[in-house]
Amino acid sequence: MTTPTAPAPVVPFDPGGAADLAAARMQMALSLGWHIVLACLGVGMPALLLYTRWRAIRTGDPDHLRLAHQWARAVGVLFAVGAVSGTILSFEMGLLWPGLMGVYGEVFGFPFMLEGFAFFLEAIFIGIYLYAWNLLPPRVHLLSGVPVLIAGVASAFFVVSANAWMNQPRGFVLENGRVTRPSPWEAMFNPATPPQTIHMILAAFMVSGFLTASVYAVGLLRGRRDRYHRLGFSVPFTLAAVVTPFQILAGDYAARFLAEYQPTKLAAMEGLHRTGSHAPLTVGGVYVDDRLRYGLEIPNGLSLLVGYSPDAVVQGLDRTPPADRPPVTPVHLCFDLMVGIGFLLLLLGLWLAVNWWLRREIPRSRLFLWLAAAAGALSAIAVEAGWVVTEVGRQPWTVYGKLRTSEAVNPAPGLWLGFVFLTVIYVILTVSTVYVLRYLVRRERGAPQERVAA
Amino acid sequence: MDPAQILLAVMWVGLTLYAVLGGADFGGGFWDLLAGRSGPGMPQRRLIEHSLGPVWEANHVWLIFVLVVLWTGFPPVFAAVMSTLYIPLTLAAVGIIARGAAYAFRKSSTQLWQQRLFGGAFALSSVLTPFFLGTVAGGIASGRVPPGLAEGDLIESWINPTSLLGGVLAVGVCAYLAAVYLCDDAVRAGLPEMAEAFRRRALAAALVVGALALGGIAVLNADAPLLFAGLTGRALPLVLAGAVLGVVSLLLLRLRRYLLVRGSAVLAVATVVWGWPMAQYPYMLPPGTPYRQAAAQPVVLTTVLVVTAVGALLLIPSIVWLLIIQHRLPYEESH
Repeated sequence: MTTPTAPAPVVPFDPGGAADLAAARMQMALSLGWHIVLACLGVGMPALLLYTRWRAIRTGDPDHLRLAHQWARAVGVLFAVGAVSGTILSFEMGLLWPGLMGVYGEVFGFPFMLEGFAFFLEAIFIGIYLYAWNLLPPRVHLLSGVPVLIAGVASAFFVVSANAWMNQPRGFVLENGRVTRPSPWEAMFNPATPPQTIHMILAAFMVSGFLTASVYAVGLLRGRRDRYHRLGFSVPFTLAAVVTPFQILAGDYAARFLAEYQPTKLAAMEGLHRTGSHAPLTVGGVYVDDRLRYGLEIPNGLSLLVGYSPDAVVQGLDRTPPADRPPVTPVHLCFDLMVGIGFLLLLLGLWLAVNWWLRREIPRSRLFLWLAAAAGALSAIAVEAGWVVTEVGRQPWTVYGKLRTSEAVNPAPGLWLGFVFLTVIYVILTVSTVYVLRYLVRRERGAPQERVAA
Repeated sequence: MDPAQILLAVMWVGLTLYAVLGGADFGGGFWDLLAGRSGPGMPQRRLIEHSLGPVWEANHVWLIFVLVVLWTGFPPVFAAVMSTLYIPLTLAAVGIIARGAAYAFRKSSTQLWQQRLFGGAFALSSVLTPFFLGTVAGGIASGRVPPGLAEGDLIESWINPTSLLGGVLAVGVCAYLAAVYLCDDAVRAGLPEMAEAFRRRALAAALVVGALALGGIAVLNADAPLLFAGLTGRALPLVLAGAVLGVVSLLLLRLRRYLLVRGSAVLAVATVVWGWPMAQYPYMLPPGTPYRQAAAQPVVLTTVLVVTAVGALLLIPSIVWLLIIQHRLPYEESH
């Protein structure tokens, strides 16, 4: 970046100290990693709410109604916590990354603006849905939940398109460190928007489904095989299991996209140093001295995946100057973790499908139920790992090829203190959230007839 | 008016709504803090909880709206404010987490110790958050946030007379608004004695805020002469209107015209909120950064304005429906 001329607003010359930069990155990772699980639930849970509520209205079935009530109660807590943990992120965009926002805010602020409106609608209608349960006719009440679902999916699209822009910055010209000719629409619909948004929205439904089902899987493991628990398991699990194969295809599309648009990230994901044909696919391993060691190598695997032929050339890290390469080992291992979990979840869905087809029931195998109970946490871990891949894999850039993370960070000293402080807050928040949700589950078991208290 | 001016006004409408809607929610927490021991304080806390009911999340979104408009429409100002004032803003952010989460947690709790713990966190953070946001406003208004990244003094920019005045005034305004709204809510809930209690509090809060505002004149004269000149110059009509509305609200409170005082109190607060930018116009970061210099390019501004207009078409009827539902909610229904 060159010297700014007179009225130029903000050009970061003076990056914060190494400790503060590391602290800022960890604080962002912590806040984003924390919020993303709730954001997933905010996108996916409304679908579950609406489905059970709809079934309850149509059939008058008490178990569906009980689920609809119980999930609404949980959503009441989750949405509140998600709303505030999301607000922190919008603060942190400026507190931690003013060098990004000061220069590029006008280019990629637009999708955030749209997200703001979507979130607004979500907050309004979730308020109506949770509170007007006994006030509105059932059908109207059901309909009042529909905007929550639509706005939730829309917010996910807008926010992820802003992140996609950081990977594929479009819609502006940079002159002397100042943005000229900004085009908000072009920025929002950048090439990375389709693969990233599809991948994330599907992930949100998977996390919501598997996480909700895992609560009831624990109940089934403890021998509570009544209809309420079976439904509470099978409805969300089916949603997530149906989405899973599509998610694997979407992931393949996203990786293929990287081969063309962000080959450095793909090379880091696969731990590939040498550019060339017959690129192997390596599972696991540690990247040391420009080589992936101790991994399980599948010859030609990567060339086949990327170009359907062993002769397909895949770009390795050797084409990227060493100063512009991301840390390889964490990106590679997180990628493998995400893919591994994805396939495990696919198998789990197939297990349920086959068993249902043969016996018309949820598998009684303890192994299945154990895995299903773990599937919620696993799907959340997969999302976290995926975000590590996309965020760490973009380093050292905040805006790919345009703005380094060290230039984006707040140059003020003492950021590490803020990180320590926020870590303590998040620990308390995590403990409280888990405690209250568990408390809701226990209370529900104690008093099944209790009316919705949202 | 150029697009930057219009967007500035739109952003300020958002901030005003945050102040009169979100502010009252914080004020509810303030009175929750002062409601006394668990037993005797219970009915008041229930009424406060009822008033925050389905709306606090939607009210809270106004803050997010202001932030995204600021960083999209006036990015260098956003960067300068957030980087220099990162300490009070981090504290406010933590307050926002604690307030929202603790409120939701308390609602889901049934045992006294849980309600005490979460209620305490809710009430305390409801006071601290507006205080820190007020110090931020004071730092900007007194010209302590220069353009650029963290160019201002990280401590003095928010620990100074104007910031402290801003912080205390913000808490006072929130408490005042909440007490006024709660009078009306209490009558609606069929709790006349409670309305009397909140009426006394609203009167006390009004007097405290009025005294703060009067004393604040001296503080601003000494600490922020430019702001003072603006408030006594171009913004004087608004300042006077605010004073008149404040007195009117006091009289209406005495007469127990709770619905009317709701309106006059909101208007009084709105004049204060609009007096500030009026006083420092055309500077966003006084003394040297006018809004024109900080504004994004016209194409961005017009896109944002068009989207806001379309968004408002969706939002306004939805908000109206939410408010109707909030008013129709029977008192015991929220428990």
